[in-house]
Amino acid sequence: MHDKVDVLIVGSGASGAAVAWSLADTRMRILCLEQGDWVKPTDYPSNGRDWEARLFSDFAINPNRRARPTDYPINDANSPIKVANFNGVGGSTIMYTAHFPRLHPSDFRVRTLDGVADDWPIDYATLEPFFAENDRMMGVSGLAGDPAYPPKQPPMPPIPLGKSGARFGRAMNELGWHWWPSDTTIATADYEGRGRCINLGHCTPGCAQGAKASTDITYWPLAIRAGVELRTLCRVREITTDSQGMASGVIYYDADGQEHFQPAEVVILACNGVGTPRLMLNSVSARFPNGIANSSGLVGKNLMFHPYALTYGYVDEPLDGNHGPPLCLWSQQFYETDPDRDFVRGYTFQFGRGVGAIMEAIVSINAGRLPWGEDHHAAYRKLINRRIGLSAICEDLPEEHNRVTLDPVLKDSSGIPAPKIDYTISANSLKMMNHGIARASEILAAAGAGNIAVESPILNGGWHLLGTARMGTDPGRSVVNEWGRCHDVKNLFIVDGSIWVTSGGVNPTSTIQALALYIADSIKQRLANLFD
Amino acid sequence: MPQDPLPAQQARDLRALAGTIIPASAAYGVPGADDERIFGDILGSLGRDRDDVCRALADLAVLAGGGFAELAPARRNEVAARLREAGGAPLAALVRVVLLCYYRDDRVMRSLGQEPRPPFPKGHVVEQGDWSLLDPVRARPKMYRRVE
Repeated sequence: MHDKVDVLIVGSGASGAAVAWSLADTRMRILCLEQGDWVKPTDYPSNGRDWEARLFSDFAINPNRRARPTDYPINDANSPIKVANFNGVGGSTIMYTAHFPRLHPSDFRVRTLDGVADDWPIDYATLEPFFAENDRMMGVSGLAGDPAYPPKQPPMPPIPLGKSGARFGRAMNELGWHWWPSDTTIATADYEGRGRCINLGHCTPGCAQGAKASTDITYWPLAIRAGVELRTLCRVREITTDSQGMASGVIYYDADGQEHFQPAEVVILACNGVGTPRLMLNSVSARFPNGIANSSGLVGKNLMFHPYALTYGYVDEPLDGNHGPPLCLWSQQFYETDPDRDFVRGYTFQFGRGVGAIMEAIVSINAGRLPWGEDHHAAYRKLINRRIGLSAICEDLPEEHNRVTLDPVLKDSSGIPAPKIDYTISANSLKMMNHGIARASEILAAAGAGNIAVESPILNGGWHLLGTARMGTDPGRSVVNEWGRCHDVKNLFIVDGSIWVTSGGVNPTSTIQALALYIADSIKQRLANLFD
Repeated sequence: MPQDPLPAQQARDLRALAGTIIPASAAYGVPGADDERIFGDILGSLGRDRDDVCRALADLAVLAGGGFAELAPARRNEVAARLREAGGAPLAALVRVVLLCYYRDDRVMRSLGQEPRPPFPKGHVVEQGDWSLLDPVRARPKMYRRVE
């Protein structure tokens, strides 16, 4: 039996770290349970000659392939997009690409503007101060003045254009389409103890230089210094409730498999769009037979991924290859609804540099571009470092049949039921993806690229896990209220991507963290009557 | 994690297949994937792909009617082409392991003009590029949708 804590946070990733840091100034006793462990910078792949190979082993983006002891399996057989995540201190910020756009103002009003899905119960203006605070905490590099956004001021200058970025910029100017250097959490200057980017180029599976912001090196050192306890290698099985139907704590397993009960006054879930509904659905009691806080029946439903449509080609001169942060530019030209198109809502283009020598060989041999035998060498030399590409990040509208449930058979190493994903890409999303592929092909042609290829959807592109415990003011149509508190359990909060009402068409980490800071602030302002 | 070595015949077949996929080239001054050092790396890197590699080699043996390594070169190419045409996840895993080891060999990397080193700590140089390219975009009116 452990001492009761005031606040218990489950998950130490993007949102868990932010909420822990923000609540620390209340001087409450705060504990975070994380099923993974700390990852040392010296463990990151870019330290060794096997840096690309480890993308297929202990730093694979797909947890079923990675299969570390700290991972849990996911049954994703019934989904054309496979879940990507990481379990450790920092969560999936360890293995993200640090692309950091915000949702747009229109994303919070899709019902009002376009007659689809639902409006959010909050708006961009509400989150704006928390976006700015998060930009300072994570350390964002970018350029003020983007006409696609309300004014904002990134604290560091943008990452370099490089040869590929300049080629894309010229192409977009020729077409008359919007482009802008991406906001990114890769430090372009020494920042708060982090070294500046030295263009390792292998950003996604952890930055050995520490230039990429993951929450283990941004929020957590400050939160721990302020008194928050972070307990690693603790896998939570269920949230318990008392006779009043309030959350009383959690049951978890430690690294030795020993079961513990951790009591708490307040429980905050920060396990993102698959882990959070999994935990809630596994928290069954007489009062909550279908999972905790699930009177709406919406826990696990409305999973949104952002289907990615990747289009790429090859030019006739060497470009940046894998050197430098892989994502350098975005375009919002096709972000907002256009009634002349055959779909509603829209997408962001994110422009990429090339890939490493091994990845080029694997992708090209699988695509049939790279032959076996005598011709292999000549063909390969026309591919390496000559690739440029871009992806359409498509807004995925909520549909209840896209969902996370508990697998009846598959379990993790602790015996906890694994999540099962049932997901199909909607007709609207497919039209959007095809539109993106067609526009991307025009952009690549303008950039002088040929040998155009497409991967749509990106198979292992389930990076963004959203919508499975949605926010709203109607308890019959949502799981949490407008400040993250569960309608059914007044001391249970959710701060991760689960609470998103719609997905927008951008990488979500910036908005997930702004939401977490906003919910933490809401909690602090209501401490005297938090459970009313 | 230590693993059981491949059976001798499968190891011979794998080496022969690796050399068929990527043969040595005098023109480019590079070894084939059946080079002793590279093949040693392949054998030591099967890892979580070992079962798939064994399945692919079993398929290869069926197509070859026995030991692939013992076939004449022309016949090897025919059988390898049929294997590639049949495809499948086990073969994809086998080819991936071959490529993972081939394209990190020092000799191969140098022939491609690549430095044979890890990215950290030296990093790389990326040019800033011409930021005046953004001038036409800066001149655009605001394009985000107002919601008030």
